[in-house]
Amino acid sequence: MTQPNRLNQGGRLDRSRRLSFTFNGQQYTGFAGDTLASALLANGVDIVNRSFKYSRPRGITAAGPEEPNAIMQLGASEAAQVPNVRATQQALYDGLVARSTNGWPSVQRDVMSWVGRLGGHLMPPGFYYKTFMAPASMWMTYEKWIRKGAGLGRSPAEADPDIYDHLNQHCDVLVIGAGPAGLTAALSAARAGARVILCDEQEEMGGSLLDSRESIDDAPAAAWAEQTVAELAGMDNVTLLPRTTANGYHDHNFVTLHERRTEHLADTAAAAGRDGEVRSRLHRVRAERVVLASGSHERPLVYANNDVPGNMVAGAISVYLRRYGVAPGQKLVLSTNNDHAYRAALDWKEAGREVVAVVDSRANPDGDLVKQVRDSGIRVVTGSAVMEASGSQRVTGARVVAIDTERFVVTGKVETLACDTIASSGGYSPVVHLASHTGKRPQWRDDLLGFVPGEVKSMHFAGGVQGVYALGETLADGGRAGAEAARAAGFAQAEAITLPSVEARHESPASALYQVPHEKTTLRAPKQFVDLQNDVTAAAVELATREGFESIEHVKRYTALGFGTDQGKLGNINGMAIAARCLHRAIPDVGTTVFRPNYTPVSFGAIVGRHCGELFDPERYTALHQWHVENGAEFEDVGQWKRPWYYPRKTGGKTESLHDAVARECLAVREKVGILDASTLGKIDIQGPDAREFLGRVYTNKWAKLAPGRVRYGLMCKDDGMLMDDGTTSCLGDNHFLMTTTTGGAATVLEWLELWHQTEWPELQVYFNSVTDHWATMTVTGPEARKLMSEVTDIDLDREQFKFMDWKQGNVAGVPARVFRISFTGELAFEINVQANYALHVWKTLFAHGEKYELTPYGTETMHVLRAEKGLIIAGQDTDGSVTPEDLGMHWAVGYDKPFSWIGKRALTRPDTARTDRKQLVGLKPKDPKVVLEEGAQIVLDPAEAIPMTMMGHVTSSYYSPVLKSGFALAVLKGGRDRMGETVYLPMADGTTHEAEVVSTVFVDPKGERQNV
Amino acid sequence: MSEAHFEANGGNVAVFDTHPSEVIAAESPLHWSRERGLVDDVAGHDGDVKVVERPFLGHLILRGGAITLDEAVRAELGISLPGKPLGLNVDADGSRSVQWLSPDEWLVIVPGGEEFELENRLREHLGDAHFAIVNVSGGQTLVELSGDKARELLMKSVTYDVHSHGLPVGKAVGTVFAKTSVVLRRPNETGFELVIRRSFADYCVRWLLDAGREYGLRVESPSSR
Amino acid sequence: MFYIFCPYCDERREEEEFHPSGQAHLVRPTDPESVSDEAWGDYLFFRDNPRGIHHEMWVHRLGCRKFFNITRDTTTYEILETYPMGEQPTITAETARVRREQGVQTADGGWQTVGAQPENSTLNEETSS
Repeated sequence: MTQPNRLNQGGRLDRSRRLSFTFNGQQYTGFAGDTLASALLANGVDIVNRSFKYSRPRGITAAGPEEPNAIMQLGASEAAQVPNVRATQQALYDGLVARSTNGWPSVQRDVMSWVGRLGGHLMPPGFYYKTFMAPASMWMTYEKWIRKGAGLGRSPAEADPDIYDHLNQHCDVLVIGAGPAGLTAALSAARAGARVILCDEQEEMGGSLLDSRESIDDAPAAAWAEQTVAELAGMDNVTLLPRTTANGYHDHNFVTLHERRTEHLADTAAAAGRDGEVRSRLHRVRAERVVLASGSHERPLVYANNDVPGNMVAGAISVYLRRYGVAPGQKLVLSTNNDHAYRAALDWKEAGREVVAVVDSRANPDGDLVKQVRDSGIRVVTGSAVMEASGSQRVTGARVVAIDTERFVVTGKVETLACDTIASSGGYSPVVHLASHTGKRPQWRDDLLGFVPGEVKSMHFAGGVQGVYALGETLADGGRAGAEAARAAGFAQAEAITLPSVEARHESPASALYQVPHEKTTLRAPKQFVDLQNDVTAAAVELATREGFESIEHVKRYTALGFGTDQGKLGNINGMAIAARCLHRAIPDVGTTVFRPNYTPVSFGAIVGRHCGELFDPERYTALHQWHVENGAEFEDVGQWKRPWYYPRKTGGKTESLHDAVARECLAVREKVGILDASTLGKIDIQGPDAREFLGRVYTNKWAKLAPGRVRYGLMCKDDGMLMDDGTTSCLGDNHFLMTTTTGGAATVLEWLELWHQTEWPELQVYFNSVTDHWATMTVTGPEARKLMSEVTDIDLDREQFKFMDWKQGNVAGVPARVFRISFTGELAFEINVQANYALHVWKTLFAHGEKYELTPYGTETMHVLRAEKGLIIAGQDTDGSVTPEDLGMHWAVGYDKPFSWIGKRALTRPDTARTDRKQLVGLKPKDPKVVLEEGAQIVLDPAEAIPMTMMGHVTSSYYSPVLKSGFALAVLKGGRDRMGETVYLPMADGTTHEAEVVSTVFVDPKGERQNV
Repeated sequence: MSEAHFEANGGNVAVFDTHPSEVIAAESPLHWSRERGLVDDVAGHDGDVKVVERPFLGHLILRGGAITLDEAVRAELGISLPGKPLGLNVDADGSRSVQWLSPDEWLVIVPGGEEFELENRLREHLGDAHFAIVNVSGGQTLVELSGDKARELLMKSVTYDVHSHGLPVGKAVGTVFAKTSVVLRRPNETGFELVIRRSFADYCVRWLLDAGREYGLRVESPSSR
Repeated sequence: MFYIFCPYCDERREEEEFHPSGQAHLVRPTDPESVSDEAWGDYLFFRDNPRGIHHEMWVHRLGCRKFFNITRDTTTYEILETYPMGEQPTITAETARVRREQGVQTADGGWQTVGAQPENSTLNEETSS
């Protein structure tokens, strides 16, 4: 297949490597070194997309990230689909498959094109809002079809086969951009010894040097770039990251870089022969200093039909000619307001193509480049501009006219020049994006006709980003910035490198020109596009100002200017200039625009990195996890812990249901003996002479007299008097305690203790340490527990010797253990703590001996039922941060007469906490025993009351009890303790209403005899 | 039995030898990962990164004033307490170490089985001073990382600067590892150490295997005894 | 993402190692029983929310587990200094205003200082040698 626009020589290509690719189903070839865009241009593909709103044909306009039209859907297979890839930034690889994101069913024949053909007046700004506004309920339907017509790419329907990751980087100086300024900055910092990261979004480092006509040290600029990159690559203290876009600048010099590692090679890493490697990587860089050398984007001029394929930004013409050996047309007209763009005409002519004319808006341009163009015999038309492009599928001519930029009028007769390509340049916009990501507003510079970055601490600017454009000055500016950054990072000796020699050029100043005046008014003239990606025209901006939108931020939102995936890189400044003209204000007076991360779109894969699938969140396992898995446990997430939920039995190919398993496990504990892995409970070792005093201050109850060998249950409140956590604390020695917390509260409680110790009572001599992971905890509970324990321990288990709320030390299954007689089930219970490395042995030994007692493992669901039958709360389930110990009926656990005003005490006498009609913990017994109330269900007293009903409380815990053979619940109810025996109602979402009786919270063994057997 | 221990320390603190007197099977925190084939039994694999567990070591947390503890630790362990924040002092053969964790907190790691006797000697030496010693040997384990790609593997896993500028030999930090936390140590030139919590150990192993896949990483451990 | 100087670890660490713990320098009344309901309510529930200089307490949760204070500019997110518990800030809304009027920058480069001690790049080397 031929490449009609490919030059016979030139470009930084490997012409020995032909690559074949398809675009919209058609097969083409390009060369290694091409971008998808340069390959499409080489193949003479004019139309690459349809426009967003008017569905007009669009061609490639630019050569970098600012490209608004060539937005592609990539991927040969469904799983490899990637939307919204800029063809200008996608390296060509063999087998690449691309489609236009827009244009349904095809870019050549487009369903939506009637909209465009019918002219602009049908779709003013706000068209969608105004037209499809009513009825509101239909918007979702409208939107679906509008989006399908508009086309914004699509995400793959299959799982991504690739992997992605993050790399955390630290450096002294991060240099963003490897053009002339970035290279001298990096070299200056690196030679001083600083750790330097240099990143650049392109395939090859060098930036504008790679397509420059100029010489450095009497050699082509690109040669100097190659040599400099090679020197940097050889330095240990330098990390070079090509193909890496700095996408976000965050607080305290945290910068996110997005590196494409295999997506330039093939659809997937596997297809590239790089199986196991990451497709793209997010570098999370913490830099001491940042040098922003991001350069500038050339602005196109705004003129009529400036979107017809064949209209391009002048600089892009040079890039395609010089870097990729592609001439995107035959006959060129160049429209400019500055000298620099003239190089496109010289490059075009040197490629053997015809330059019809250079049209310059200035009256007397006299710079060196202008002279060179004139000397080469190219016609230069001054005081004029291209007012309108002719053609529909491709430019066929340029309508040129003399203009008065001050008065914004045409002043002469229109001359039509036949051509197929119009290059335009309205000057340069510094790429200030990253400098504004933390909220710093860019500053307008009249002399530069552009915004430069506002001051950002720890960031240095170099080259084009602050309006330094001449090559020699850019190299010098980079050296200065690199040395400054290195010095600021602590490398006091850093100096700018000795600069290579560059020939100075005389440049004549640019004139301000954004929108070219037309012979018709802006509203009547053919469309003059400002934002090509979002189809925002000059007329739309003007209309917005007439409708009262005066700030550019409002104009943007009304017209969608700059809201495309390109963030308006080409159009924003032109839009602001047009708004300013319409409002008769200066550009900075209509407001500046602040960019947000990311600079270019970043794939979700790179953002997520490895934190997906099995590694999405940590899973915490106890020392007994293996046993649980091998014995068929179903698991429940409790925080990050995986806890056995229940152990369904499998008999005859049938698996026991949750309900049946829990009923069986409950009865086993109540009638025989059960065992629970309670290792997840938080455990805090507390040592020090003031440990006891400290406990007295953080718990509501008394600790002064708890003797070694004894255990006590404690409530912990915040200073607002609301319950925060609960648990038992054992006195191990006079100055030594072991506190337990809820599973979820472990970290919070430890931090809470540290908070009070470090900030309020540093004088108390006490230390807290987490021993949660050190101890494995197993609860053996049920009427047969003592018999079982007696077979495996040397501890005296006599009920008089080892009382309820005692703990003892001894051996269990030959392993040193602490055994606690505490109960969360209401049955006789022994809680065994052993060093976690020995847990599995102890657990298995218990089962070896437990068979004759029908020892049954039970999970969290059974534990919940058993404790709820006893009215024992779970902090965080039956409480929610608005419940006091009094609300829970736990007056017995509150020591009002303790000498120190413990945390929460004072608040309990505040009027609101002392109210008698507060929600109080009660039991609920459904009138229908088959009913298990929904947790969270609201309680009302009058089921006939009109909505909104008076809500009196809600259900906090609810289960079916196999012992009671009935559903039962715990709930909080206003004035609940005075409502015992009353009937309350629970209206459900499905219209039914449940009836329940208010009862005591203790459903089983109200006298508490069973735990003392 | 417990009474005897109370007496050993004036009844103030209960010390506890967690090890059984007879030989009893023990499983390190990496045991479950090994059971599923994620961790290799025996050493011998040579890739760009090598990850090896050193299971069943003695881990003690010391709390107290630096001057008091330094004197006792020197006398009883022969290693001085790191004088500066984030310091890590290792003895000549690398088997015993003392690490700064916070201004009043140090981590001592010794060969398994030594920790109880060391705790008792330290307690005796420290007498009535205000201090705390906590045995955490069952709650954490030590993992060594070495090889050419060890640093890059860590860069994927921790936000801390693992370059020798940020983490020179003799430095140790508590920091974030993936979505959990670890103690990251640089005991010598050849590698790094991670002290990981028991309950997060399997997650850490799976993370390391995933992040190290491109280096052919395997994890090795004799994780049961 | 903040980069926070921990005055105990003596170096900067990533924000994810820390946990904010609210306004700094709150004083719990020493004799709560003698304090009026209104004053106790103020202590419990009312916090400053200034635009500009603010003093906050943070904890190095995944590092040394110590609490400390931060002086932070809520408009720029700059952390101007960090200092241990029990110490007072050297930069306050008042000093910042005075410095601004005198044309003096409150801190360089968005980096924290420890008390009045200026941040410098050799801090890390000093701590780790």
